Amino acid sequence: MIPGIGLNEVLIVSTLLFFIGVYGFITRTNLISMLISVELCLNAAVLNFVFINKYLYPDKPEGVMYALFIIAVAAAETALVVAIIVNLYKKINSVEVHDMDTLKY
Amino acid sequence: MEAVLFYIISAIILGTGMAAVASRHMMRSVIFLLFALLALAGLYFLVDFNFLGAVQLTVYAGGIVVLIIFSVLLIHHIESKLSEASKSRKWMSALLSLGGAIAFIYVIIQNVFPAYAESTTTTTKTVGEKLLDYGEGGFILPFEVISILLLASMIGAIVIAKGEPKQTIKANEE
Amino acid sequence: MNLNYIYLIPAIPLLVFFVLGIFFQKIKPAISGWIGVAGMAVSALISYIAAYHYFFVYGKKDGIYQTFISNNRWINFTDTLHINMGVYVDTISIMMLVVVTTISLMVLIYSRGYMKGDTGYTKFFAFLSLFSFSMLGLVLATNLFQIYIFWELVGVSSFLLIGYYYTKPSAIAAAKKAFIVTRFADFGFLIGILITGYYSGTFNFTELNDPQGFAISNWAASSFLGLSTLAWGLILIFIGGAGKSAMFPLHIWLPDAMEGPTPVSALIHAATMVVAGVFLVARLFPMFFFIEHGFVLNIVAYVGAFSALFAAIIAITQTDIKRVLAFSTMSQIGYMMLALGVSGYYGENGLGYMASMFHLFTHAMFKGLLFLGAGSVIHAVHSNYLKDMGGLRKHMPITHITFLAATLAIAGVPPFAGFWSKDEILVAAYEHNPFIYVIGVLVAGLTAVYMFRLYFGIFWGKEGTYAQAPKESPLSMTIPLMILALFSLTAGFIPFSQYISADKAGFIAHFHWDKALIAVGVALVGIFMAWVIYKKENGKSDKLANAFGVFYKWAYHKFYMDELYLFITRSIIFKGIAAPIAFVDKKVVDATMEGIGNKTVWLSKKIKHLQSGRIQDYAYAFVVGVVILSMIFIYLNKS
Repeated sequence: MIPGIGLNEVLIVSTLLFFIGVYGFITRTNLISMLISVELCLNAAVLNFVFINKYLYPDKPEGVMYALFIIAVAAAETALVVAIIVNLYKKINSVEVHDMDTLKY
Repeated sequence: MEAVLFYIISAIILGTGMAAVASRHMMRSVIFLLFALLALAGLYFLVDFNFLGAVQLTVYAGGIVVLIIFSVLLIHHIESKLSEASKSRKWMSALLSLGGAIAFIYVIIQNVFPAYAESTTTTTKTVGEKLLDYGEGGFILPFEVISILLLASMIGAIVIAKGEPKQTIKANEE
Repeated sequence: MNLNYIYLIPAIPLLVFFVLGIFFQKIKPAISGWIGVAGMAVSALISYIAAYHYFFVYGKKDGIYQTFISNNRWINFTDTLHINMGVYVDTISIMMLVVVTTISLMVLIYSRGYMKGDTGYTKFFAFLSLFSFSMLGLVLATNLFQIYIFWELVGVSSFLLIGYYYTKPSAIAAAKKAFIVTRFADFGFLIGILITGYYSGTFNFTELNDPQGFAISNWAASSFLGLSTLAWGLILIFIGGAGKSAMFPLHIWLPDAMEGPTPVSALIHAATMVVAGVFLVARLFPMFFFIEHGFVLNIVAYVGAFSALFAAIIAITQTDIKRVLAFSTMSQIGYMMLALGVSGYYGENGLGYMASMFHLFTHAMFKGLLFLGAGSVIHAVHSNYLKDMGGLRKHMPITHITFLAATLAIAGVPPFAGFWSKDEILVAAYEHNPFIYVIGVLVAGLTAVYMFRLYFGIFWGKEGTYAQAPKESPLSMTIPLMILALFSLTAGFIPFSQYISADKAGFIAHFHWDKALIAVGVALVGIFMAWVIYKKENGKSDKLANAFGVFYKWAYHKFYMDELYLFITRSIIFKGIAAPIAFVDKKVVDATMEGIGNKTVWLSKKIKHLQSGRIQDYAYAFVVGVVILSMIFIYLNKS
């Protein structure tokens, strides 16, 4: 625990980070930028896990473990996303979101 | 002293996060993400989660960001400015995010969390023991599942990124 | 009296129609001709038997001819409103049965020769049989609805037969005109039926005509604009009858109906269909006489008199022989209406009624003969126009003699049939309305003039130039001519008044020497005038035409009635009524409907962008939903 900082401030930070990620996800037009925004969201979640563990349940290891797993899964997912982006780029030669609307009306 | 440090690091996180999201250069956006992740790792070190901070640095900053840079370099026209969404869209999204954030923060502020004076920290040793502990409260199962997941994603990534076999080779052979 | 065999009389022609209609491609034309003739012959025989039974054996009881009814409920709307079908046997229906079947039979025999070689031969006989069925059903109707149904059937048959040469545009136009004009009149007829039925509580003829019945005794119960409502109903019914009988101003279809084949003109437009209006008035005669003290009968008389005069004037100027005969028909029917209009009810006062029916009977004979003779002439000369004819008496002797007999009959020369019936009409007119009597005498003179103009124009005078020498028609055509000529000679001697009278009691009609002499004198004067002007081709006819100047031109163009109707239809109905309604329909109603459709499409075009296919937009909507919902729940749960 950090002396002088309550849990509320930390949670505020993580919330703000999460919503910055959400803003990026629904605003950006490039797939890779969307990926970056998703990473920010995930990191905000990890922050949440870690600090609640630290402040409210300091003797349990669960928070850190879950954080580790989240990081591992995020890595796997990023790898797959990059593979998809590369394949898609080979097909339609673009990574802009508005070029990928085949499932439209 | 730690409080000030916390504020500085949080400021860096939020600042670089916003820059990553708003920047119009691909490479700058990725580097800003890198800084955000580094600051986050710093935050973990601040609360004595050394192992987690190390993992964050290694996997996220060292692995994921590098992966993203690879993909950025594979896409052409990297130097050109990225196109933006329409102004209305940006304003609406900003409003939405701000609204959501305010709602959540409002709830958070209202809540009063009990404070622990004494703190014990989770050491690397505990993490290692718990990871391979197949007794009560052990994490052996998620550990194995994660390894399979990583295997699967590796295979999947290879298959997807390989694409379709080229037709011209066959034609040349005949 | 056992009435069941009377159902056969209309049923046999209907059967012939179905047989010929269904098998028309398999039957050889000659066979179909014989089938039609045979069917009608059987019908005619049965009607003669029925007439014998009715008039001489069963009919009279206590000096009054009974009415025999066979009624079957056909459609039930409510307890009080139902349509019956059946046969109604009384004096005039039996008489009409005899007339219709006889003339039908003559025309069918004639058509075997006239229509020979025509491609639609079987169709012609089928339609003629359909018409006979409709007319016989009309005559035997027991109530207003049944007579209306058969009325319309007769109209349809007439339409089919006028438009028989369906490749000729003028024939099609004439068929349409006949149907539309009579349909328009039938609209009045229908409203009249409904009014009459509503205010008298029944549609059956027995109850309507009963002088002690509800209808006639309570006619003054309800009134509208000064006239009893039942009188309005009768006026509307008379409008329907006037349309079918070509009374002024609904006569415009009759000259054009001559586009049909001549046997059709003989049957329908001379002897049977056009007298349906007269028959209708005769059928409802007690109502016409008693309600509003015979006010409507006055209208009938004046309409009839005016039509007779109007048609006679036009007939003098026409050059197409069938049109002359058409206007002559209109004029004679005017006589029949006139006679009904001036009739009384009891005993000898009912002379007009009797004379009208008598004239109907004799007119059918000689007008049918005139048309068939004209057909024979047209068949030989291949032209309808007087200027192409002349001097035919040497080439077609039988046609000549029979045509002369008919012309003498229509002119009212004794001892031919027309004299007797026309004389009775004039006597009845004199006793009730001298003004109409004068018009009747004038029309008698004009009749003689134009009929003999026609006769001299065809059979005397300079020979027309003929491509090939006209020869007499074959036996199938001349036998009916001879039979009808015989009837024209002898029918006048039937003591009609003993059988047919307004109160069904029969009376002895007296012979009035003075009126007879006046009538014959006027006829002879007319014949003499025609002899002088028309027998030899000199310039007298043209000089007379010029002397009359603009009146001649008006009469030649039938007093521009067709142009007037066309003007009213185009300017008033089409432009004034139909066009605004069409405008509202197109611009308001259709626009609304299409507007609703278009707005839906526009809305869907706007909405479809929600499904953009981009996952980012879906995430956007997702975030919107989450934020809003979370805000709502936070607001609801804050405590």
